[in-house]
Amino acid sequence: MAAKTLYDKLFDSHVVHEENGAALIYIDRHLVHEVTSPQAFEGLRLAGRKPWRADSVVATADHNTPTTGWEKGLEGIADQVSKTQIMTLDSNIKEFGAKAYFPFMDKGQGIVHVVGPEQGATLPGMTVVCGDSHTSTHGAFGALAHGIGTSEVEHVLATQCLVQKKSKAMLIQVDGQLGHGVSAKDVALAIIAKIGTAGGTGYAIEFAGSAIRGLSMEGRMTLCNMAIEAGARAGMVSVDQTTIDYLQDKPYAPKGALWDQAVSYWRTLVSDAGAHFDQVVSLHADDIAPQVTWGTSPEMVVPVSGKVPNPAQEQDATKKSGMLRALEYMGLQADTPIQDIAIDKVFIGSCTNSRIEDLRAAAKVAQGKKIASNIKLALVVPGSGLVKAQAEAEGLDKIFTAAGFEWRQPGCSMCLAMNADRLEPGERCASTSNRNFEGRQGQGGRTHLVSPEMAAAAAIAGHFVDIRNI
Amino acid sequence: MQAFTTLTGLAVPLDRANVDTDAIIPKQFLKSIKRSGFGPNAFDEWRYLDHGEPGMDNSKRPINPDFVLNLPRYQGASILLARENFGCGSSREHAPWALEDYGFRAIIAPSFADIFFNNCFKNGMLPIVLKEQEVDLLFQQVQAQEGYQLTVDLSAQTVTTPTGESFSFSVDAFRKHCLLNGLDDIGLTMQHQDKIRAFEDQHRQAQPWLFN
Repeated sequence: MAAKTLYDKLFDSHVVHEENGAALIYIDRHLVHEVTSPQAFEGLRLAGRKPWRADSVVATADHNTPTTGWEKGLEGIADQVSKTQIMTLDSNIKEFGAKAYFPFMDKGQGIVHVVGPEQGATLPGMTVVCGDSHTSTHGAFGALAHGIGTSEVEHVLATQCLVQKKSKAMLIQVDGQLGHGVSAKDVALAIIAKIGTAGGTGYAIEFAGSAIRGLSMEGRMTLCNMAIEAGARAGMVSVDQTTIDYLQDKPYAPKGALWDQAVSYWRTLVSDAGAHFDQVVSLHADDIAPQVTWGTSPEMVVPVSGKVPNPAQEQDATKKSGMLRALEYMGLQADTPIQDIAIDKVFIGSCTNSRIEDLRAAAKVAQGKKIASNIKLALVVPGSGLVKAQAEAEGLDKIFTAAGFEWRQPGCSMCLAMNADRLEPGERCASTSNRNFEGRQGQGGRTHLVSPEMAAAAAIAGHFVDIRNI
Repeated sequence: MQAFTTLTGLAVPLDRANVDTDAIIPKQFLKSIKRSGFGPNAFDEWRYLDHGEPGMDNSKRPINPDFVLNLPRYQGASILLARENFGCGSSREHAPWALEDYGFRAIIAPSFADIFFNNCFKNGMLPIVLKEQEVDLLFQQVQAQEGYQLTVDLSAQTVTTPTGESFSFSVDAFRKHCLLNGLDDIGLTMQHQDKIRAFEDQHRQAQPWLFN
């Protein structure tokens, strides 16, 4: 039998039917949140359809939920439009059903891409979809996971399937040892710097190599999360002992004899030796420095030791005009050293970097320090209620608050600023999120993407610093 | 879904690469539980000079006179001419909903982000990939000539300029079929429900923990 990639194995094992070069693939796990689902449930209702398999659905409210005022319950949601959307999810799940639902303020509530894995609701070998582009996160478990639009949310609810064309396969091989202060976030940004935000378009990316094997599941999730920022709908990592150890005893993971049966199958979810990839990209872990974005696209990124690039040196006209526009929007001068850039706000959170390991790393930097006087707000938003509880059990919340950070309730928060957490026009933020687009964190806001350690260090110094020197 | 067969319409050039879905429809408009009415807020932060929020009377807001969609010569455009990696970022289908509601039925670019590209087809809107030099040429022509119209023929898979120059594009057979006939995907998939059930039975036997 021909050698197969992990992607081949995942895709081929879910094909229900093929016609005209399009495959109907079966979906095992459907994650649902409040923003991209109301129109899909309404579509079912109007057509008189029922969900094909409600027990494939795991739902939570995350995008719109406030990170303060929980003592007031639903009344604490000042924005009435947000409140309606959150309550609409409640009523839709009540009407249509789900395997698990973590509503607003539930102890398991949180960012859907943090909740799925920590509950064991994301398992190796699954096809996982969600009406959110960062669904690629779940590929860290050796699953085929990608974001879909609302029409497809409705389609999956109604049929348990998606019409798909198989993507090309890309292997990103990262070998070597990550240096002190260099995290999965920096690997993700270094990859995007190399291949660009459209480099992965049309591909499913597998991350492999000794540096990837060395990452924890949290790190692998950070990396796969950012696959979409490289243009790839799906990112994935082959299953190994790290994957299996993480899943053991998670609430929705199989138990007993089923666990043993599952593990023996999961161990086959690796790319075979000699499997064909349409493209191979290699990076050396030792060469990767902590990264800081300077512009309005994740590919506008440089090492912290670098400078803001100069458009005068860019030959391509479209790229050059994009750089000029980005510099103007960001309020930056070409050739400014990154470490001279002062910031106003800090955001530690998002589906990229809000897991326990991220919070531990940031807390280690903040311990015994104070945020700089120019920092107007430094937010720590845990990814879920379970992450928050774990962090509090470890005393991380005390470290953050003693240093001047605000310790908030879980949710997507200032990653996309749908709730009250946002940047004001012109404010500059060191953010552990995934997108530095114009207006992403608030109209006129200026986002610099960094790792949790780098964000914490910037909060303490008031400007970017090279974490390797601390 | 409305069918797409042929379209002749005014083209508007949006000369920026990597236009993301946050720019196409900013997050504050995603709080709606409806799928219509997003058109007045398409490109909100570029189109207006103030900060937009849901529920505002958009006709009373100050418009940005420099933004290309606001130029008088491009009013009524139904074809959006764009640069590489159009629609990158979030999977929000509110982006194609907003463009469709604005009046666009076709978008031409050298490349699109995957999820956005796919979402367009679900909404009777055709994303067309042409070669970079062809898109460059269209940009030059549309900027040079007021009232510049293009004709898109999905059946023939061509884009034709006012002088009769024609460029061909490729499109998946299945997507083309659905779009030409305005077919509802769910209805089509339900024709295979016996196969889905058979697959599900076999899948349950092989990996029972998925159904636990």
